[in-house]
Amino acid sequence: MLRLVAPVGLSLGAQLPAAWAAATCLAARCMSSTGLAQPLDDLPPYASNPKWERVVAAKEEALLGGGQHRIDKQHEKGKLTARERLQVLFDPGSFREAGALVQHRCHDFGMEQQQFYGDGVITGSGTVYGRPVFAFSQDFTGKRPPCMGRPSAAVFGGSLSESHAAKICRLMDRAVAAGAPIVGLNDSGGARIQEGVMSLAGYAEVFQRNVDASGVVPQLSMVMGPCAGGAVYSPALTDFTFMASAALPGLGSLRDCLWPGRSLVRHSSYMFLTGPEVVKSVTMEEVTQEQLGGAATHTSKSGVAHGAYDNELDALAGLRELLSFLPLSNRASLPRIPASDPADRLCPFLDYVAYDMLSVVQQVVDDGQVFEIMQDYAKNMIVGFARMDGRTVGVVANQPAVLAGCLDIDASVKAARFVRFCDAFNIPLLTFVDVPGFLPGTAQEYGGIIRHGAKLLYAYAEASVPKLTVITRKAYGGAYDVMSSKHLRNDINLSWPTGQIAVMGSKGAVEILFRGKGEDMKQQEAEYEEKFNNPFQAAKVGYIDDILLPRLTRQRLCAELETLADKKVWRPERKHGNIPL
Amino acid sequence: MRTAKQLGIATVGIYSEADTAAVHARFADEAICVGPAASTASYLNIPAIVDAIKQTGADAVHPGYGFLSENSHFVEAVEAAGATFVGPPTHAVEKMGDKVESKKIAAAAKVNTIPGWAGVTENADHAISVAREIGFPVMIKASAGGGGKATRRRVLVQGMRVAWNEKELLEGYELCTQEAASAFGDARMLIEKFIEQPRHVEIQVLGDKWGNVIYFPERECSIQRRNQKVIEEAPSPLVTPAMRRAMGEQAVALCKAVGYHSAGTVEFLANPQREFHFLEMNTRLQVEHPITEAITGQDLVEHMLRVAAGQPLTVSQDQVLHYSGSAMECRVYSENPARGFLPSIGRLLRYREPRGPGIRCDSGVQEGSEISIFYDPLISKLVVHGVDRGAALAGMRRALDSYVIRGVQHNAPLLRSVLDVPSFVAGNLSTAFLAENYATPEASAPERLPLGAGQQDQLLAVAALLWGDMELVLTLSGQQTAVVVRPAESRMVATSGINGAEHGSGQALEAEVDGQAVFLQVLQMGPRQYKLQHCGAQRVIQVDSPLSARLGCHMPVQHAEDFSKAIQSPMPGTLISVAVQPGQLVNQGDEVAVVEAMKMQNVLKANVDGVVKSVEADAGAVVAADQVIVRFE
Repeated sequence: MLRLVAPVGLSLGAQLPAAWAAATCLAARCMSSTGLAQPLDDLPPYASNPKWERVVAAKEEALLGGGQHRIDKQHEKGKLTARERLQVLFDPGSFREAGALVQHRCHDFGMEQQQFYGDGVITGSGTVYGRPVFAFSQDFTGKRPPCMGRPSAAVFGGSLSESHAAKICRLMDRAVAAGAPIVGLNDSGGARIQEGVMSLAGYAEVFQRNVDASGVVPQLSMVMGPCAGGAVYSPALTDFTFMASAALPGLGSLRDCLWPGRSLVRHSSYMFLTGPEVVKSVTMEEVTQEQLGGAATHTSKSGVAHGAYDNELDALAGLRELLSFLPLSNRASLPRIPASDPADRLCPFLDYVAYDMLSVVQQVVDDGQVFEIMQDYAKNMIVGFARMDGRTVGVVANQPAVLAGCLDIDASVKAARFVRFCDAFNIPLLTFVDVPGFLPGTAQEYGGIIRHGAKLLYAYAEASVPKLTVITRKAYGGAYDVMSSKHLRNDINLSWPTGQIAVMGSKGAVEILFRGKGEDMKQQEAEYEEKFNNPFQAAKVGYIDDILLPRLTRQRLCAELETLADKKVWRPERKHGNIPL
Repeated sequence: MRTAKQLGIATVGIYSEADTAAVHARFADEAICVGPAASTASYLNIPAIVDAIKQTGADAVHPGYGFLSENSHFVEAVEAAGATFVGPPTHAVEKMGDKVESKKIAAAAKVNTIPGWAGVTENADHAISVAREIGFPVMIKASAGGGGKATRRRVLVQGMRVAWNEKELLEGYELCTQEAASAFGDARMLIEKFIEQPRHVEIQVLGDKWGNVIYFPERECSIQRRNQKVIEEAPSPLVTPAMRRAMGEQAVALCKAVGYHSAGTVEFLANPQREFHFLEMNTRLQVEHPITEAITGQDLVEHMLRVAAGQPLTVSQDQVLHYSGSAMECRVYSENPARGFLPSIGRLLRYREPRGPGIRCDSGVQEGSEISIFYDPLISKLVVHGVDRGAALAGMRRALDSYVIRGVQHNAPLLRSVLDVPSFVAGNLSTAFLAENYATPEASAPERLPLGAGQQDQLLAVAALLWGDMELVLTLSGQQTAVVVRPAESRMVATSGINGAEHGSGQALEAEVDGQAVFLQVLQMGPRQYKLQHCGAQRVIQVDSPLSARLGCHMPVQHAEDFSKAIQSPMPGTLISVAVQPGQLVNQGDEVAVVEAMKMQNVLKANVDGVVKSVEADAGAVVAADQVIVRFE
């Protein structure tokens, strides 16, 4: 990911904070994003015009948020305010807010007395690495103008009202029309109870737009606080959901039992449909918020979240990085950055047998950089974004270091969804195969491995992007077919000399073929291996396009991707296929 | 082998099963496997090697630098097989190979010698009485050992330890004995006075079968770790022409006294006052011989082959004393300096050797190679030749800066850091240099190596440039620096992306900062940070916009687990023994456990006074690096 830069001069400034404390203070930054930074004295017609002064007063109120006290409180918790999150997400100074003056329209429960500009969500657009992106950021801190009486966090708390939802919907409509990604920073107490069905309607309006935008522009969600009940379905409908958390002070010594040595417990963001209290009253289960819907649960057990971050700055930087891989929309071209990693680089490391597929992928892709999706879920399958000669590719790879690389329910679903995302946004697919088959057992069969495995099969068969496959070792049985085989209209299928393409491993095959008869099992196995456990048979019938030296893998794939860059597939018209969900 | 090929001599390489794919096995015209991975069954397996000689009809055997190069039984076996041993005569090998004998001969030849027991010690008690006689500190040495382990082709030769008191002597004696027994099958030990602040200066000698012996300009090999050379240079910054002549003449006298021919090295310990004492003679070609070749332009292997063939020397004493420039060799090891230089094993994920005028990098590895537990973890010998010491130093800095090694821990960052230490630059060396300049093992961790203020600015400049945004705040070691990146008007101040394919994949890059060329390595890239290496020092630099930098203080701090009250295995290996039980009271420095890895026994000592809380691994268990073995309350 080395960005080549134009000739620049570079000056090292003085040490912080003295040098630019004033220049970067929050107020100044916020003002510039809403057009208030202009000194009014320079605008004679509006200099002391009551029409403009009213606007200024309203905007200042909107910017104040919950006031410095609430901002400090949020900071104490290791969290940023909704506005700060957007400032960090976008390129400095590029964020432009829309709908800062929106207010709710509720007249029940005394709500008409509590009016706040923005209504609990900030919406707008800006640039990320120079490219347009739309985003909304829910404000859990609430917005309490000093004149109002009761603390408002309990009332609003980023809760979703009719007008709150309308702001998000308008943003999404604009993003789809403009063909630019949508980022949601979720931090909401849920539905605004005072608004009743208007709030529920608001959710559904957002859901509908999530679906309408699906496959048109990338949609990313970052859960940065509570996300419960109906609110969870908007992130769930987006392409990628991440969770950002701030480990609370004082809990530093707790180690996450799910991934020893990896990170602290990721607190303070959680997603669930029904909270611990309801769970307890219905099922008698005692469970904490973190256990029920924390980042660890969703990244490693449920597969709801695609990744998690330990602090909000890392999380937002992670979103920026992911956006840099993605095309702006399904009609935009694939992003390409100048690559410093030569396309014809040899990878002698690959000539030696490797059992860690991630190290194989890292050898092949630009600068060894892989943005893994669902890193902690179904680790027998690696999926993620990388670049080849500067162009984004989607990588799918069996990981033989976990469960021998078997396909199971979780791995199939994980890869299937990723393959469909890549296909929707014209991202070429690179598949590395080392798979001994599907995972056997009642747990898998009862769980429906047949229909879940079919999802991956369907996704690959349906994908019309450039599809390239490298068999590094095993490609056995049905799993061979599923893993982007030639028969699924794959473009290029390569195998290393170590490839073993067969219905099954030699021992099992010999047992079935000879049923224990015949003299020498060893010899029968050797015969079988000679015949099937190599890439030759497949190459003879053209199912493997070439058997190549592992060290040439990168070179070859880069060249093939170049050739396939403008690949087009025409299919008969249909409303949509029926993927086995 | 390269020399032999140049001379038109066909070569046969021998290799073990672990080295099937090694460079030496493939470079030779013919290659023979002499046995399984363990060196005792392959490279030290005399019958197998003799079979290889017979099988190929070899005329001569060049023993390399280690393994059997100084084994007189091997020489006899080779000669019995009808081949010529390219090396010194058996009687000289025997006399010089035995440290006791060699000292007696040296003294008789009027060579300055170190006080010590002129004989093998009988046991630990005897060793103590000898030590009392000559006074502590003393050096314990394996009688049959060489200077230490050296190359990939050489068996581990430990058995050298300094003892400052009787307790250490007892401990060291035992360990040395075991190591020597397993490495040579010869457990005999010597005790001698340990010279403080010593410098290791050695003289290369070359003799023919006609009685001619000449000496070459000296090499200084004072930069050592675990009594093993890591940086060598020729000539020595200490030595004056008069001292060179004195040392050279004594070395020649010694060779003549034993009727020496072929190449050999007479090692001396010198002190800053330029007094020198005979240490030992190595009756083989040394690992560091290329630096002598570099400054004299002579091919020592060629001379050895010619001498073995019975030809008289073709080079005169005067010729070799007219050397040119200065040469330096760095031994790049796969090891972890922060853990007492324990070998590091793994596969080379990325590997790019430095190239350029005056740079020679001799290695037996390539990208993807496995650094296995079977042999010495030498990755390469990096030799740089320059017109003077300053030029050689500059060349070596650049070479190490652009040397990309990933996948194992290695000492290149430390070596690079040494080249910037003022006393090294000034030529004030000693064999205790590393211990003096890097007081604790942790101090030699790449993350802790020092970075000068100017170097730090260069690092920040390149980091900002890599990121490319206009306004940034870089955080290095908790200190924030605001940076403005702006387009240059007339001249290119910095560029990124180096030599394309040569360095590849953005692992290393060259930039020009304020007119000065800098080489940096990119070790890791994250969405908010870089890990870069500059001048050996590795640093994580966080790159933020001014706003993010200001907000950074609100982010929660990650707390690492506290290992201060635990004993961890320093490297993957086998737990040989655990000396403590739960509830036992231990004092700081007491032996807690012994982990054997790469044939070396590492005694793990208590880091605190305390009571053992738990023992978390059993003797005989295979332990991973960082695995906790014992915890204290």
